Amino acid sequence: MSQTEEYQTNQYLTFTLDREVFALSIDSVREVLELTDITRIPRTPEFMRGVINLRGHAVPVVDLRRKFRMRVAEDTVNTCIIIVEVTFEGERTIMGALADSVREVVELDAGEIEAAPKMGTAVRTEFIKGMGKQNEQFIIILDVDKVFSVEELALIQGGAGEADDLGASRSAA
Amino acid sequence: MSREELHRQGFRDEAHDLLAELEEALLTLEAVPTDAELIGRVFRAMHTIKGSGAMFGFERIAAFTHEIETVFDLVRNGRVGITKDLLDLTLAARDRIRDMLDEDGGDAAGEARSEDILRGFRAYLPAAGKAAAPSPDLAAPDPAAGEAARVEQVWHIRFRPARTIFLAGGNPAGLLGELGELGEARVVGHAEDVPEFSELEPELCYLWWDVLLRTAAGELAIRDVFMFVEDESLIEVGLVAESGEELDEDGYRRLGEILVARGDISPKNLEEALRGQKKLGSILTESGLVSRENVDSALAEQDAVRELKSEKRKDEAQTTIRVPAEKLDNLVDLVGELVIVQARIRQAAERSTDAVLGNLSEELELLSDSLRDATLNIRMLPIGTTFNRFQRLVRDLSAELGKSIKLLTKGGETELDKTVLDQLNDPLVHLLRNAIDHGIESPEAREAKGKPRTGTIELSAEHSGGEVLVRVTDDGKGLNREAIRAKGLERGLITPESQLSDKELMFLIFSPGFSTAQAITSVSGRGVGMDVVKRCIDSLRGSIDIESTVGTGTTITVKLPLTLAIIEGLQVRVGGEYFVVPLAMVEECVELEHSREETGRRRFIASRGEMVPYIRIRDWFAVPGTAPAIEQIVIAHLASGRLGLAVDQVIGEHQTVIKSLGRIYREVEGLSGATVRGDGSLALILDVPSLYRSVLSHRNRTAAAGG
Repeated sequence: MSQTEEYQTNQYLTFTLDREVFALSIDSVREVLELTDITRIPRTPEFMRGVINLRGHAVPVVDLRRKFRMRVAEDTVNTCIIIVEVTFEGERTIMGALADSVREVVELDAGEIEAAPKMGTAVRTEFIKGMGKQNEQFIIILDVDKVFSVEELALIQGGAGEADDLGASRSAA
Repeated sequence: MSREELHRQGFRDEAHDLLAELEEALLTLEAVPTDAELIGRVFRAMHTIKGSGAMFGFERIAAFTHEIETVFDLVRNGRVGITKDLLDLTLAARDRIRDMLDEDGGDAAGEARSEDILRGFRAYLPAAGKAAAPSPDLAAPDPAAGEAARVEQVWHIRFRPARTIFLAGGNPAGLLGELGELGEARVVGHAEDVPEFSELEPELCYLWWDVLLRTAAGELAIRDVFMFVEDESLIEVGLVAESGEELDEDGYRRLGEILVARGDISPKNLEEALRGQKKLGSILTESGLVSRENVDSALAEQDAVRELKSEKRKDEAQTTIRVPAEKLDNLVDLVGELVIVQARIRQAAERSTDAVLGNLSEELELLSDSLRDATLNIRMLPIGTTFNRFQRLVRDLSAELGKSIKLLTKGGETELDKTVLDQLNDPLVHLLRNAIDHGIESPEAREAKGKPRTGTIELSAEHSGGEVLVRVTDDGKGLNREAIRAKGLERGLITPESQLSDKELMFLIFSPGFSTAQAITSVSGRGVGMDVVKRCIDSLRGSIDIESTVGTGTTITVKLPLTLAIIEGLQVRVGGEYFVVPLAMVEECVELEHSREETGRRRFIASRGEMVPYIRIRDWFAVPGTAPAIEQIVIAHLASGRLGLAVDQVIGEHQTVIKSLGRIYREVEGLSGATVRGDGSLALILDVPSLYRSVLSHRNRTAAAGG
């Protein structure tokens, strides 16, 4: 609650997507899991990979590469699910984010973080909280509540388009 | 939450319960205005709210309630009669207290309302001062009570507060002071329960008291002092002596009881009791009737009775406890986990040749099944409390609409899961509103049709297999099929060519945006239609059915599962994906050979002499892969019709612990949740009613397009 505001840490968990390095504030990260069975939920956008069983709870998983419209890649042994806590419609809820690999926890002082550039980044600027730098490599710090906001995931609610006609077969390409 | 805040919350919970009880008592009083017990209940509820309110810092409520209590004290003494006006006023006051519970500070509008209500109550006060109002519906005064109140009596009161009385915010000294205000009190404190200093818990109360009180106030007034600690504390009130009246055999026995209550087993206590007895003896000497021997024998005789009584009291204290709902939810979650693990162990045991493991697995299954049933049973509550709330709704609404309606309830003892009950409230309110507004005719119209002027709505609940049936029946005008058809056409829900069965036609009222009321009334035209009711019931995994005869009335039946947490399901497989169909809906499973398949756009299968539409889960949910040569069709039975679901394979029964898909996936059509499979992966639970609706809307749309 107010604690996170007062004692905002300057620690960030870094992970990769394609060749870019991203980071999430440690405050919002619950845990990191190896890739497990993801149960697909039909009629939802492709970037919603489905749900996983996290100790008996169904936790939705977002495929960040697809969400950010990056090149789609096969899952590898390094692929993992970062479990984050976000505020969704005013309630704390947990979600999974699919990442290529998780790197490390880094410390970045507020002074080292710059505002997001207006253009030229791999993802839309409204998702970016700031840009950090480590070993000459830029780190894109994500705004977790924006990426997983109602509006961004709202697409799910209408379903992936209208239901097909009864007789028309709908094969997965 | 601070301890103080906890207490305040505790008071709020208690007050809400009391207000519910108050409302029920008031509504019953309307029918039997002279029932002394009911009047007593109203008074006690007010008194407790006042007392506890003051204790926990709800001064505004305490002050407000005080004046109402004063009036009801007069009612209780038979000096003010119960009138409809007084009941209306008291109901308004009840609502006001409810609002005040949730308000933090006072707002001006609320204060003004409070003042209005109080002004109403004050009007009863001067009338009471004059001679007993000769009101025709005056409650018969209890002559005995009135008589007794005027005579000075000596009472023995034993007050053994609960050890934890301080923690609950109680103040024993204050209570003793209050007793003192009633008359002349002699207080004897008992300190023998105070432990050694090393074992002393400073927050506990080890003391208890005997009080001899000389007062004309009567037993009720004495008991009222302890009203809000009486649940936890031991309070004994006994009559010792009455002035101007000789002690008869009866009075003597009461004295005996007092002595018994004083005499304890240890010699030290006995000695003290004897000392106490001396005081008592002096009182007795005044009446000069009782000898020491009589006292001793009575003491022995009553000792056994006292023990029995205190044991009984202990039992009563243990019958109910108040537990936060989330603790229960947590328990149900854990049991759910256990059931899943048990299913996995059984799977493992079936694969293994180890006989010991097999036996253990079976034992575990038995145990976890009973644990599951026991746990779910804790959450079951009788539906009657919900029903009672509707008496008020029907009373107020029918008055507003100028109709005369009586609500009958049946099967209030039927138990339902708390979650289901909570969510059932709104749909039931809506169904009732609908019945009052659209169903029941005005008294004149009813008379013209030869029906009794007063309409009847019956709300009933009963068990039926693993389900509960809740019915709302009215004896009103029934559904007007022509009006429904016209509205359906107007809203584009059907086409002029649509061939609808009577039932399908009636079900149109559950379509979004459908309302046949010509004028928007404050009652049912609130922009929410019957579709909301339908959706609510669907989300509870229930179903709804209508029967209606024009001229004689409508019955809406809501069928609900007993519990939401765990259901029996039928597990099916499509490609590499697993789904669960709630078993309660499954009628049969049939095979579908491709050669027999129709090639048209619509697919039907003949089952029990009926053409049942079916959908391919593979197509509907875009499951990758191709269908096997022989598919299985699971035929589901719904109130509104039947639907086939074509799958690759029917796997079998599955103990389904329902997991929510969360807020994000809330709106996904055709799915109602997920469940954990034996291997730890998730299977999706199919929402058959929602699938059926999609199919139906397609059919209509296709028909409209082709029409």
